[in-house]
Amino acid sequence: MSLKIIVLAKQVPDTRNVGSDAMTPEGTVNRSALPAIFNPEDMNALEQALRLKDQFPGSTVHVLTMGPARATEVIREGLYRGADGGYLLSDRAFAGADTLATSYALATAIRKIGIPDIVIGGRQAIDGDTAQVGPQVAQKLDLNQITYVNSIDEVKDGLITVTRHIDGGVEKVQAPLPILLTVNGDAAPCRPQNAKLVMKYKRATAPMERTEDMPYAEEYEKKPYLTVTQWTVADIDGDYNQCGLAGSPTKVKAVQNIAFKAKESKTLTGSDEDINGLVQELLNEKIIG
Amino acid sequence: MANYYTDHPEIGFHLNHPEMKRVVDLREKDYADKDKYDYAPVDFEDAMENYRRVLEITGDVAANIIEPNSESVDLEGPHLENGRMIYASKTFENIEATKKAGLWGVSMPRRYGGLNLPNAVFSMLSEVISAADAGFQNIWSLQSCIDTLYEFGSEEQRQEFIPRVCQGESMSMDLTEPDAGSDLQRVMLKATRDEENDCWRLNGVKRFITNGDSDIHLVLARSEEGTTDGRGLSMFIYDKRDGGVDVRHIEHKLGIHGSPTCELTYKNAKAQLCGSTRMGLIKYVMALMNGARLGIAAQSVGLSQEAYNEALSYANDRQQFGQKIINFPAVYDMLSRMKAKLDAGRSLLYQTARYVDIYKCLEDIQRDRSLTAEEKQEMKKYQRLADAFTPVAKGMNSEYANQNAYDAVSVHGGSGFIMEYKSQRLMRDARIFSIYEGTTQLQVVAAARYISNGTYLNIIKEMLERNVSEELRPLHAHVEEMVAQYEESLARVKEAADQEMQDFLARRLYDMTAEIIMSLLILDDATRCPELFEKSANVYVRMAEENVAGKAAYIKNFTSETLNNFRS
Repeated sequence: MSLKIIVLAKQVPDTRNVGSDAMTPEGTVNRSALPAIFNPEDMNALEQALRLKDQFPGSTVHVLTMGPARATEVIREGLYRGADGGYLLSDRAFAGADTLATSYALATAIRKIGIPDIVIGGRQAIDGDTAQVGPQVAQKLDLNQITYVNSIDEVKDGLITVTRHIDGGVEKVQAPLPILLTVNGDAAPCRPQNAKLVMKYKRATAPMERTEDMPYAEEYEKKPYLTVTQWTVADIDGDYNQCGLAGSPTKVKAVQNIAFKAKESKTLTGSDEDINGLVQELLNEKIIG
Repeated sequence: MANYYTDHPEIGFHLNHPEMKRVVDLREKDYADKDKYDYAPVDFEDAMENYRRVLEITGDVAANIIEPNSESVDLEGPHLENGRMIYASKTFENIEATKKAGLWGVSMPRRYGGLNLPNAVFSMLSEVISAADAGFQNIWSLQSCIDTLYEFGSEEQRQEFIPRVCQGESMSMDLTEPDAGSDLQRVMLKATRDEENDCWRLNGVKRFITNGDSDIHLVLARSEEGTTDGRGLSMFIYDKRDGGVDVRHIEHKLGIHGSPTCELTYKNAKAQLCGSTRMGLIKYVMALMNGARLGIAAQSVGLSQEAYNEALSYANDRQQFGQKIINFPAVYDMLSRMKAKLDAGRSLLYQTARYVDIYKCLEDIQRDRSLTAEEKQEMKKYQRLADAFTPVAKGMNSEYANQNAYDAVSVHGGSGFIMEYKSQRLMRDARIFSIYEGTTQLQVVAAARYISNGTYLNIIKEMLERNVSEELRPLHAHVEEMVAQYEESLARVKEAADQEMQDFLARRLYDMTAEIIMSLLILDDATRCPELFEKSANVYVRMAEENVAGKAAYIKNFTSETLNNFRS
């Protein structure tokens, strides 16, 4: 059995290393001050996809992303770890997309590629934190979906069994293929880059990244795998009204800067009485239990 | 994110050494693989880019997987189960990560699935992995045994074993026995011909075998019945899939706990002869050992770097008497010496690795076509340099690693003696470096003939002619003085014509040789890159001067009669 897998991945500003210049005075993210990285939970999703490829030889993994030219880096990172190829959705008309327009673009691109056995992505991106794009893509493609996946336990006879996170524990669920999965950050970390694949794909680029004076330009003729597929709205037969800003009903009304302040504090001694009191309080508040 | 390669630009500096052009051109045989393999470089710059990338991957795996696992591996260690060695649990994670990263069989030609990395780059990977966990570096770097199989094995053997190593199967070299340590001529493990099954059978015991339960073993055994010396020994390949070798015991060691040291019993174990009979020790094991010695030099440099980093960060952090302890002369004296030994030792390591590369590459080219007269001469020259420099690089770097780990503990004060801090582990791990693959005392023996025949002196004189920057001229003058003292000491020892006295003083001459060579190397580095090396050049040359002058005085006042005071 071989599987066709599409990994949804996003290039995001690294909000984990935020400095004082991370926000503009207008309250939007200052993207130039933050390094662009592969969204962490999408990396977990990529690992799950690559494990299936290891398990079922002949399977293919493609990375699908939307963004400016530099977002091709996400596709290269996938290629360096074992992905077979990637698609970059890049067009001015895609810009400013909220989750609805994003999921429209991704779903339309997936239809263009052909519905695979598995679409898999991270639960959410660290810039927007909505966790909406995966489920919306599933809805638009009329696919089953399983969210909060920790591990894929088995794929057999057209059925997939996964362990997923629920409140207070995990559960095992099974569903028929094709399916869309979203993966948690506590799933297995992604494997390192592979030396041979990096050597092979280090000059893989989307045409829009290339410049006239690029060294080794003649390589692109000879080695088709060095060209990353790059699609505009028109290339995926998309509806301009459903893409980018035009297709985004979400409008940011206002952004507030919040400074966290400590509210109240209690000082406890190490006595049994104080500790029992604290445990009781945490139980009552359902913080533990 | 931390990266053990990019965090240390000194390694990148050596990667970009001008001599690398010759190394890479030879290694890539004019880039003949470029149309055959999609990951082969198309030219020199492309090859260098590939090396940088593989070093970045290794730096990432080292810093973010191997190092975080190192404490747990040190505490858990491997264990024995029904005659099999089971690694510490996190060691499996390290192996898996290095496999996924494609870091196995890296020195092998692409036709067997390798990356065709030169030795200089392999040594850099080795260094980076050792900085994260010296014990794991043993398991990983033993893959270089495959170089010996490639060199001396048949084409069938190459095709059978090399692709497996490229997939991550591990190796070991089974040499030592209870009565054959430094003196390998005493090896007794018996190899007998099994004509019926057209193979050899091995019977006996090996001891102190690093990674002894590996997948593919190179075994030194006595194939010639009735012989008692090195000429009766041959080299065999034992494949674990065939069975017949069990682990009887795993040693409890002072350090490198993650690296399993095994006692093995061979019970009629099936094996293949590698190369010709009788050449096992005198030719193949010598090649194996030279590779392994360079591996230990790299392991030492990695640990030296980690010891320096630990000490530096603690000295910057720890406050006493109202200030950071790094501000005290006694502390920065230690730290600057650590860095100087690290920088000078590393330079010696990569100089040696490039020598090895040039001659080994020419030797490999010779397998396909005959060399031109110039090439033959070049090969001879670099082979001699490689043979001369390897014992110096191994001996000095292993001693420096010990000194740096000791100083790292000192910088930590009382905390250095506490098991929760890393310095103590570095000190325990480093202790074996100056013992295995030939003790420092045996490195001195290996270097002695090059001291007396003037090989080192000639290269020193050649190096003295190189240009140094204006700022470094005064230091250069100090080195000239050292060379004069060195020549005088050489002449004195020679004059005495007393073999025992020569043996006794050899260590001093060896140290002088090494310190002068490293002074010249660090001056060269500081000339090309003062930002990285000017301080170390100053510190190192002064330190060398202090030592060389002391040794010159020692030798000057030494006579044959003086020896009587030392004999027991």
